[in-house]
Amino acid sequence: MGVDRMSDKLYVARSSQIAARRLDDEMMIMSAVDSTLFTLNETATFIWEAADGSTSLEDIVTHKICSRFEVVESEALQDAEEMVRQLAGHGILLLSDEPLAAANPSRQVTP
Amino acid sequence: MLELAPLVDCSNVVIEIGGIAARVAAADPAFLQMLENRYAGFISSRTDVDFDFHVDLGEPGMADPDADVSVANCMGCWSVERGDFRAEWEPETSRGRIRQSPNPYAIDAVLRILHSMLLAKRGGFLLHAASAIRNGKAFLFAGVSGAGKTTMAGLAPADASLLTDEISYVRKHAHGYSACGTPFTGELEQLGENISAPIAALYLLAKGSANRIDPVPAAEAARALLSNILFFAKDQEMIGALLHSACEFVGRIPVSRLTFVPDSRVWGLIG
Repeated sequence: MGVDRMSDKLYVARSSQIAARRLDDEMMIMSAVDSTLFTLNETATFIWEAADGSTSLEDIVTHKICSRFEVVESEALQDAEEMVRQLAGHGILLLSDEPLAAANPSRQVTP
Repeated sequence: MLELAPLVDCSNVVIEIGGIAARVAAADPAFLQMLENRYAGFISSRTDVDFDFHVDLGEPGMADPDADVSVANCMGCWSVERGDFRAEWEPETSRGRIRQSPNPYAIDAVLRILHSMLLAKRGGFLLHAASAIRNGKAFLFAGVSGAGKTTMAGLAPADASLLTDEISYVRKHAHGYSACGTPFTGELEQLGENISAPIAALYLLAKGSANRIDPVPAAEAARALLSNILFFAKDQEMIGALLHSACEFVGRIPVSRLTFVPDSRVWGLIG
């Protein structure tokens, strides 16, 4: 996918092959591929909800994370990249070095 | 479309679990008698059934007789296979057929999978849990194998009615949830009573040195619930329904961790 270099802009989008629902401060995500359940903490949930395919991860971290939490931006971005790559490895996030304008919306289950 | 053999020249039995009736037709009277014996208490006289199955007895022709169950959806038709059976059904027509060896376990598996799918569309589910009714309320005891489901069921006092020691049947209603008895047995090999009651609590079982009940936060409860729900279909619509159902359930039903010493005193905390 050409997104191995951490200095590149990274775009993230939620997979369409999942179901997700927020419960308390956690986001619960189930993969439709293998039924695996993932739970995101509050910080990861902000990134998940902002993963629209057109906003870069760097912008998400700057505007959604650093504006809410007292964190060093470079460290927050590094942690965020690690997290999204893990989720992408499980197929519940899509990564690209270009905007994913056509990313399918996930099945968000509203309370 | 499934090509179903006509039901003439076949006798049948109707197995009704949780208010959902499945008619099973087969040409072999001995097989049907076996079903009547196995599902005693759950045999119904209903004619307006929810599902029709035709059973062809014989070897299913699977390459691996010990293969785990696999479930697939092709053009709206569900196909379910295991080493000892092959089943197909159409939700649209509520009809299906099963090719299986003449053992009781194959159709038991088909019924569990069928009911799990039908319940998923109705906000309910099958749960790895023992359950019982006491004082008009149903209590569920969930856990993986070895957690104590059979122990709790075996320790139930005389004033408790056992619904199952293995697979609990959870139905959603407008104002809550009810648990229904099932013929799906575990180590006790004792059919549940064919009755139901509103669910008052779900307990996550843990064996310990003292009896105690601790509330479980909603997110943790949902995770535990999801890990104990029987679910077979890798289907996005089903996955979405399952997640929704679990979150709805923990929002309405108290979920607690029941740490218990395996003797009858634990039931002093229940009901």
